[in-house]
Amino acid sequence: MDKGLAEQAYRRMYAIRAFEEKVEQLFAAGELPGFVHLYMGEEACAVGVCSALKEGDYITSTHRGHGHCLAKGGDPRRMMAELLGKTTGYCKGKGGSMHIADLDLGILGANGIVGGGIGLATGAAYSADLHADLEPGIRRKVVVCFFGDGASNQGILAEVGNMAVLWRLPIIYLCEENQYAEFSPSKPFIAVDRLELKAQAFGMRAVTVDGNDLLAVLETTRLAVELARDGQGPTFLVAKTYRIEGHTVGDPLTYRPKEETAAWKSPERDPISRFGRRLMAEFGFVERDLEELRQRARAAIEDALQFAVDSPEPEVTALWEDVYA
Amino acid sequence: MREIQYRDALNEALNEEMARDPRVFVLGEDVGRYGGVLQITRGLLDKYGEKRVRDTPISEAGIMGVAVGAAMTGMRPVAEIMYIDFSALAMDQIANQAAKAHYMFGGKARVPLVMRTQGGGGRGNAAQHSQSLEMWFVHVPGLIVVQPSTPYDAKGLLKSAIRDDNPVIFIEHKLLYSTTGPVPEEEYLIPIGVADVKREGKDVTIVATSRMVLFALAAADTLRQRGIEAEVIDPRTLKPLDLETIVTSVQKTGRLVVVNEGALTGGFTAEVAARVQRAAFDWLDAPILQVASEDVPLPYSGVLELEAIPSEQDIVNAALEALYWN
Repeated sequence: MDKGLAEQAYRRMYAIRAFEEKVEQLFAAGELPGFVHLYMGEEACAVGVCSALKEGDYITSTHRGHGHCLAKGGDPRRMMAELLGKTTGYCKGKGGSMHIADLDLGILGANGIVGGGIGLATGAAYSADLHADLEPGIRRKVVVCFFGDGASNQGILAEVGNMAVLWRLPIIYLCEENQYAEFSPSKPFIAVDRLELKAQAFGMRAVTVDGNDLLAVLETTRLAVELARDGQGPTFLVAKTYRIEGHTVGDPLTYRPKEETAAWKSPERDPISRFGRRLMAEFGFVERDLEELRQRARAAIEDALQFAVDSPEPEVTALWEDVYA
Repeated sequence: MREIQYRDALNEALNEEMARDPRVFVLGEDVGRYGGVLQITRGLLDKYGEKRVRDTPISEAGIMGVAVGAAMTGMRPVAEIMYIDFSALAMDQIANQAAKAHYMFGGKARVPLVMRTQGGGGRGNAAQHSQSLEMWFVHVPGLIVVQPSTPYDAKGLLKSAIRDDNPVIFIEHKLLYSTTGPVPEEEYLIPIGVADVKREGKDVTIVATSRMVLFALAAADTLRQRGIEAEVIDPRTLKPLDLETIVTSVQKTGRLVVVNEGALTGGFTAEVAARVQRAAFDWLDAPILQVASEDVPLPYSGVLELEAIPSEQDIVNAALEALYWN
C-alpha cells in the first residue's frame, strides 16, 4: 500500500464514522424519517475491500450501506441529501438510506431486503464475464457482494453461490460477520461454527480475515480480486468484525451486554484506531497528520449536511417520474 | 402469408434478437442442450454458445437474481421460468429488485430484462402447474405484463419486450404453443401497451386475454348464429393497459364481458370492470359481466378442471346475459 492510498483509506474510514455519527444525531433529533442502520465499527471492511477495487468494478451493498457507498467513492453530499429526501440526493429523494446507488461508480445499490444484493451481484458478475467475451482485450470487471452473517442464512446465497462456482464468475462474496442479525446475536442461528464452511457446500474457495484490520482486509481482497479478474472464479471472504450500534437507531440493545460493546469500541480493537497506529508505525505518519485527515473528513460531512439542508424538496409531480424507463 | 406455430414464432423472435444484439442472452432450466421444456430455445445453443444460452440449475430465485444484476449492468437477459407457478420462488428478485430499481434509484438504473414463462390450465397439470398468476405482476408498479394469444402477437411482442428498457413479464399459455397463425417472413414489431381488436362487432364487447381470446372468438361465432355481433378485444399488454381501445368499443356496443383465466377474486376482470364503469358509465346498457376461474386451486380431474376454468359456453352465456336474452 502506498502512502497516498493509505491516506485515502484513513480519511474514508473516518468519513464513514463521522457520517454515521451525524446521521445518528439527525435521527435522534427527529430530522430523518423511516429508519437508519449504522455502519460504525465495520469501516475497515468497506474501505479495505474497496481499496482493492478499480473504478469500473461493481459492488452491491446492504441495508447498512452508507459505509460501502463512501468507501467506493460515493459523494457524501448526494448521500446526505438523499437521507433528507431532497431532489439533489442520489435517488432524488425516492430511495432514502436503504436505497442509495451510484451506477456511475459501480455501486449497484444498498438494499432493503436482507441478502437482496446477493442475486444482483451474481448477475453483475455474469454480465462482466459476458462483456469480457464480447470485447476481447478489455479488463474483466470484478464484483464484490457485501452481506452480513444474518444474510448468510438466506436461500438465494445457496442458489447463486453454486452458479458462481459452476460458471467461474468474477465475484467475491464478502460476508461481514458483525455478530448480529437484526435484533439477535447471529451465532444461535447459524449451524456451523465458522461461516466459511458454508462456502464448502458450493466448492467455493473461502478465507476468513480479521475485518477490523484494514491492511489484512485489503491484502486478502486483492488476492481474491486478482483471481476473479483472471477468470479463476469466486471467493467467499469472511471479515470478522463488530456492529457497534444497534440494528437501527433507537434499538434498545437488550440482547447484548454493554461490556462487550465497550471492549470492541476500545482503541485496541477499533478499526480506525488500529489503522492509525499502523500508519504511524509503518508509513511515517504522525498524530498531527491523522488529526488533519480527520478534520478534513469531518469538514466534508458538515459540508454535505449543509448542502442537503439547502437543497429543495421534490415537486409532487416527481411522484410519477421514473416509474418506467 | 405463411402459417407457423406459436412456439416457432417465439423461437424466431429470440433468434432474431440474439443475432441483432450481442447483449441479449437467455438463461433458464434446460434451455440449452435440451432446447427448453417447450422447445422455445431449441437451436440457440449451437448458434450462440453456452454463455448466451445458459442452462441453469433448478434455482428460480438465482435465475431471476442473475437476470436482474446482468440487466442493471448493460445486458439484456431473457430468463425462462418454466411454469409461472415457479415464479413464486423468485418473487423477491422480480417484485423487490427488478420492479423497483429504476424508480427507487432515482431513474438512473435500468433493468431491461424479460421473464418468459407460461401459465394456464386445461391440461391436467394440477394445482402447481396450471395457474394464471398474471395479476401478481400487474399489481407491482414498475413491471410490464404481456400475454400474447396468437403466433403473430407472440413474435412481435417478444421482440418489443426484449428491446424495452423495463422488466417485462412475458406470459405464454401452455395450450397455445401448438396453435398456428399467419406470421410474415419479414421483420415486424408489435408495440407494448396497444390492444388489438380481434373481431369487430356492434352488439357486445368481449375483452379476453391469452387462451381466452380463442374461446371468445369461438363464442362470437356461436353468437353470430343468433344474430349477435360480438366485438372481441385482446389487450395483449395487461400493464400498461390500453383502456382507450376498450372504452371506445364499449361506447359503440354499450355492453361488456371481461374474460380472464385467473381466479375471479381480485382479478383482471374486476380491474377492467372498475375502470370501464368509471370511464364509460353513461354508455353502459347492462352491468359489466366477469367470466373468470372459480376461486379454487386447480384440480387434476378433467371433469373438475373444466368446471373451474371459463369455457366458450360461459362466454356465450355472459354475452346473452349482457343483452338480456334469457
